[in-house]
Amino acid sequence: MGDCCTTPVLTPPPSWRASADSLSTIALIGPPNSGKSTLFNRLTGLRQKVANYPGVTVEQRMGRMAGIDRDDLVLIDLPGIYSLDPFSEDARVSISVLKGQMPGTPKPDAVLLVLDSLHLTRQLMLAAPVLSLGLPTLVILNMTDLMEARGGVVDPLRLAQELGAPVALVSATKGTGLDAIKLFLNRHRGTPQHDELPFMLPVLGNAMSTHLWAAQVSLKTGYRAPLSAENSRKVDAVLLHRVWGPLLFLVVVFGVFEVVFSVGQPLSDGLGDLLAKFGSWGTGYLPDGWIRSLVLDGAWKGVTSVLVFLPQILLLFLFIGVLEDSGYLARAALIADRVMRTIGLNGKAFIPLLSAYACAVPAIMATRTIENKRDRMATILVTPFMTCSARLPVYMLLIAAFIPNTFFVGGLIGLRTIVMLSLYVLGFWAAMTTAWLLKSSILKSNDAPFILELPQYRMPTIRSLGLRLVDRGRVFLKQAGTVILCVTLALWVLAHFPLNKGHAPELAESVIGRLGHFIEPAIAPLGFNWKIGIGLITSVLAREVMVGTMGTLYGADPETQTQTLQTALHHDLPLGGAVALMVFFAFAMQCTSTMAVVRRETNGWKWPAIQFAYMLVLAYSAAFVTNWVVTAIWG
Amino acid sequence: MRLLSDLEVGECGVLVALDLPPGVQNHLMYMGFVPHAQVCALHRAPAGDPTVYSVDGIEIALRRETARAIRVEDLTVEAIFESELAEVI
Repeated sequence: MGDCCTTPVLTPPPSWRASADSLSTIALIGPPNSGKSTLFNRLTGLRQKVANYPGVTVEQRMGRMAGIDRDDLVLIDLPGIYSLDPFSEDARVSISVLKGQMPGTPKPDAVLLVLDSLHLTRQLMLAAPVLSLGLPTLVILNMTDLMEARGGVVDPLRLAQELGAPVALVSATKGTGLDAIKLFLNRHRGTPQHDELPFMLPVLGNAMSTHLWAAQVSLKTGYRAPLSAENSRKVDAVLLHRVWGPLLFLVVVFGVFEVVFSVGQPLSDGLGDLLAKFGSWGTGYLPDGWIRSLVLDGAWKGVTSVLVFLPQILLLFLFIGVLEDSGYLARAALIADRVMRTIGLNGKAFIPLLSAYACAVPAIMATRTIENKRDRMATILVTPFMTCSARLPVYMLLIAAFIPNTFFVGGLIGLRTIVMLSLYVLGFWAAMTTAWLLKSSILKSNDAPFILELPQYRMPTIRSLGLRLVDRGRVFLKQAGTVILCVTLALWVLAHFPLNKGHAPELAESVIGRLGHFIEPAIAPLGFNWKIGIGLITSVLAREVMVGTMGTLYGADPETQTQTLQTALHHDLPLGGAVALMVFFAFAMQCTSTMAVVRRETNGWKWPAIQFAYMLVLAYSAAFVTNWVVTAIWG
Repeated sequence: MRLLSDLEVGECGVLVALDLPPGVQNHLMYMGFVPHAQVCALHRAPAGDPTVYSVDGIEIALRRETARAIRVEDLTVEAIFESELAEVI
């Protein structure tokens, strides 16, 4: 292993240029679990933009560096990678971005390389290929506060000398040391300095020589690794225990749902009351007549019937965020690996599936951690079966309207909770079965190795959880303010035309009524009436549009106008149809955002089309059977 | 010579060689699975597989089929000495 001494002297790569007179784009790169995201949030604050790189499934995160008062600079967050080895898609994307070969992304003028100072020797293996690109680079040693607390030592000056690049000691969680980053950016006005290029770099692409180089550098700089934290291991001794592990796992999952329903419901009700009062107070200023009807019955009722679910959705995202940030999600993947293997996937597929309880769109993006292409495809295709938060409003409405609030086992388990949990189980079961079918037929592949790093347990920061919630809340409100508002307004108009002798027609005689009656024969076998039919059409946009549609349709009908939506539905729909409707929603793909993200991730319309058709057929058949069975037993 | 998969929970060994496809092998080496590295088996998942190994201060879970392709030797005084020597060189 003496080839460490044959490290060649590297000349700057040809793409290297010394022209730009000012910085504009900065790239942030680092290994997974190096605290890169925390630092990114620190440096950019709330002004972030998330998109995908064209043609690949790698997420592109960008933001202006407002956190250190440099709004003029754009920071690009590159995916967390161990090496620039083009083995993984993440690494290939990182290389293209750093070399300025990624279409639509400007070549970075400088690089911030984040390394976790707790495991510096191994993390330095990424420094070699990054530094050899010849871009002005600041090496950021993160978590130095933790390292020092645990007895670790590093000499930043020696390290800077060895690497030929400035080194900054930072704690991203505490926000200390950010001044050094500011200083680096101020000093480098885009004029790369020749003499700062590293002079001793290993042969690239060989893991062994890179390792030896890294070991040598860390030795020369007097690096002493801190004692490893025993706490995580002690916690894992319980959380991965043969008996307690799976038990706690189930407790965690059930606990999340319990809190979402028991805490979220009163919040939702309160918000609903508030919005209703606000609506009638506001429209009191409008003249009585069609304008007030349009604003109150059309727009306001439709939009607020969806808005009230904001507390529950935020709670769900909060819990998924806590699970992810604390490091428990990786353990859950480990526990689930054995089960996932029986359906032909591995434990890593479990993380997107669990996040899909919140929303399928980020979940499908999260599938990029799965290295095997066929495994990832199977996971993408089954993810929309998981009960996402957009189904919640529909389930909540139907359960409240049709399922009696009875309790069993001395008030411990409510019938409504059982129905809700069954719907979750149903979605999970559909996902598993479909994955198994796919993996044993068209997406069959050799087992890809399962390699999963377990991060240290960390206390989730309020900052990062807050950012998540603001982000998701914004998406939800935007949806309510655009898609749902437009749909409900259009519905109101269609429900009031054509005019009959200057008056609005009976609902059944309106445009929307005629359309509903036209499609009724197709959905009658499922126990649905024509109003539900309209809801099924509009909810192809997004599932929660269903609730807004019902709100507008029953609000426009004089017979049901004075009733609450639940009462109106209860009188208008048989029990069989109501249960069938829930089953339909459990299976059907009614979400244009998901279809768009699947199209992007699979590079074409083929897979989303297959997925839509498959889920629709399944939903229709299952709803048909459900209606028949429920009507036969309780009808 | 033993296989990584043979290590009982709580046992440690010194890594000798990896016999895996190049892509996977490089990936593992970048994660710290390099010859002379000290590897310990920490926990097994509740179902008995995968197993969590500690290497170079981090914890990585591998399935038995992957661990079976990694050769280790017992943690003897000589092995420890060699492992530290490798660090120095």
